[in-house]
Amino acid sequence: MKKIPNAFSLGIRRGGLEIRQFMRQRESVVFTLLFPIILLVIFGSVFKINLTPDVTFSQYFVAGLIASALVNSGFQQLAIIIPMERDDGALKRLRGTPMPMSSYFIGKSLLVVASMAFQVLLLLAFGVIFFGLNLPTDPMKWFTFTWLIILGSACATVLGIAFSSVPKSGRGAAAVVSPVVIILQFFSGVFFVFTDLPDWMQQVATIFPLKWLTQGMRSVFLPDSFAVREVAGSWETERTLLMILVWLFVGIFISIRTFKWARD
Amino acid sequence: MSVIEVKGLKKSYGPLCAVNGLDLSIAKGEIFALLGPNGAGKTTTVEILAGFRTRDSGEVRILGFDPSHKGKAARQWRNQIGIVLQSTSDSGDLSVAETISHFSGYYSHPRNPDEVIAAVGLTEKATSLIRNLSGGQRRRLDVALGIIGNPELLFLDEPTTGFDPKARRALWALIENLRGDGTTILLTTHYLDEAEALADRVAVMNNGEIIETSTPQSLGGRATSMAQVSWLENGQTKQEKTDNPTELVRALATKFPIEIPELTVTRPSLEDIYLEMIGQTK
Repeated sequence: MKKIPNAFSLGIRRGGLEIRQFMRQRESVVFTLLFPIILLVIFGSVFKINLTPDVTFSQYFVAGLIASALVNSGFQQLAIIIPMERDDGALKRLRGTPMPMSSYFIGKSLLVVASMAFQVLLLLAFGVIFFGLNLPTDPMKWFTFTWLIILGSACATVLGIAFSSVPKSGRGAAAVVSPVVIILQFFSGVFFVFTDLPDWMQQVATIFPLKWLTQGMRSVFLPDSFAVREVAGSWETERTLLMILVWLFVGIFISIRTFKWARD
Repeated sequence: MSVIEVKGLKKSYGPLCAVNGLDLSIAKGEIFALLGPNGAGKTTTVEILAGFRTRDSGEVRILGFDPSHKGKAARQWRNQIGIVLQSTSDSGDLSVAETISHFSGYYSHPRNPDEVIAAVGLTEKATSLIRNLSGGQRRRLDVALGIIGNPELLFLDEPTTGFDPKARRALWALIENLRGDGTTILLTTHYLDEAEALADRVAVMNNGEIIETSTPQSLGGRATSMAQVSWLENGQTKQEKTDNPTELVRALATKFPIEIPELTVTRPSLEDIYLEMIGQTK
C-alpha cells in the first residue's frame, strides 16, 4: 500500500503554493516587499548626515531596515495572514486533510524566507547604488550576517505564528499587529540612533529581539570603531545570539501550545 | 462492521445543550442523512465525528478510530475520510485546477484531479481563480476537495444550501455516483426532498436528539399511517380517517350509483410528518 506523503515534502509543496498565492496579491506584494525601500528612500534623502566621519546615517539606517525586513516578512506578515486564513475557513479545510501541522509551518517559513530574501537583496542593492552603502569585506562579518538572517527570520516566523492567536478577527489583525511592529521599530533604534533614545525606551527595547537583531546588523554594516558608541561599548555578539535563541524557543513553545485551526 | 458507531454522544456550549445523548450506527456503503431544522445539532454532531470538535461524553468510532485522538494515527485516519464543511470563503488566489491538484498531493491514493473537476462540473472553470467563482461553483469546489482523496467515508454538511435547483440536481447525481463507488456518506440537510432523494436511511434530529431513524419511505410510519377519505354528501364535505380506505370507497361506491362527488383519498406527505415531528406547522 502506498504511504501518505511525508511531512517535509508536503511542506516544500505548500511553500511553493504559498509563494505563488502571495505573488498574485498585487497590493500585498507592493506593500510588504517595497515598503522598506520606500522608507530607505525617504529617510536616506531627508537625513543626509554623518554620524561619524566614516558612518553615514544611511549606513546606520540600512542595518535597521534589514533587521526590520525580517520582522516584516516573518512576524508582521504571518500574524496578519494566519488570522485571516483562520476566519475564512482555509485553515479548517486543511485540518480536515492528512496534511500535518508541521507541513503548514514549513510552507509558511518558506514564504517568509522568500519575501525576506527579496527585501534584503533589494535593500542592499538600493543602498549601494543610491546611498553609498559600504558592504563589509571581512568574511567574519558575512558569517555573522548569515546566522543573523537565518536565526532572525526563524525567530520572527515562530513569533508571528504565536502572535496570530492574539487578534480577535482576521479583519482586525492588521490593526493589532502593525502598531506593535512600528512601536517596536521606533524603540529598537531602526529609525533613530539607538543611544539617542530616552533611557526607558532603550530599556523596554532590550527585552525584545528586534533591538538585538538591529544591533547585530550594525555590527555587520558599521565599522568596528563604531562599537564604542553602542550602549555597552561593544557589539555584544554573544548576548545578541542568546537573546535571539531565547525568543526563538519561546516562540516555538507558544506556537505549539496555542495554535488553533479554527475559531470556536 | 459499521463505519460510524456513536453511543451516548453529548456536547454542550455553556448552558446550551447542542447534542444530547446521540446514538448512531452507519454501515459501509450507506448514505445516511441527518435531517433537522437549523440549530438541531447536526453540524455539531458532524464536526465531532470529523474530528473538529471535542465531545463532553459518549463513545465515537469512525472507521474504528476515535476522532478525538491526535498524532500519526490521526493522519492515517484523515487519509481515509473526506470532509465538506459549511462556508469556506478562502481568499482564492489560486485556480480551481491548482487547488485540486495541490490537495491531491496530501493523500496516498488520490483520485485523478481532472476527473474530479469533471465530476463536479467545473471543467470549464478549471483555470479560473477561486475568487471569481459563483457561490454554487465554490460549493462544488468544496465537494471536489472532499472527494479528491478517494475517501471511504465522506461527511457532507449541508452540501446544497444556497444552490439553484439545477445545481442541486447535479450534486445529487454526483452523490449517486459516489454511492456506486461504495463510499459511505453522512450528510446533513434541512431539505426534506434531499434526504428523500439520496438517503438510504434518515435520522430526524431536533434539539440535540434523534427523534426517529428509518428509511425515507417509512418515516413517521408514513407507509402505514391512516388515510383520509373525503367526499361530498348532501351538500356537505365529509371526512373520515381509516386504515382501510379501499373498503370505505367500495361502500361509498354502492351508495352513489354514478360518481362519488369530490372524492379524494390522501395520506400525509413526508413534509407533513416531518413538520409534525419537529413541532412546526406549515
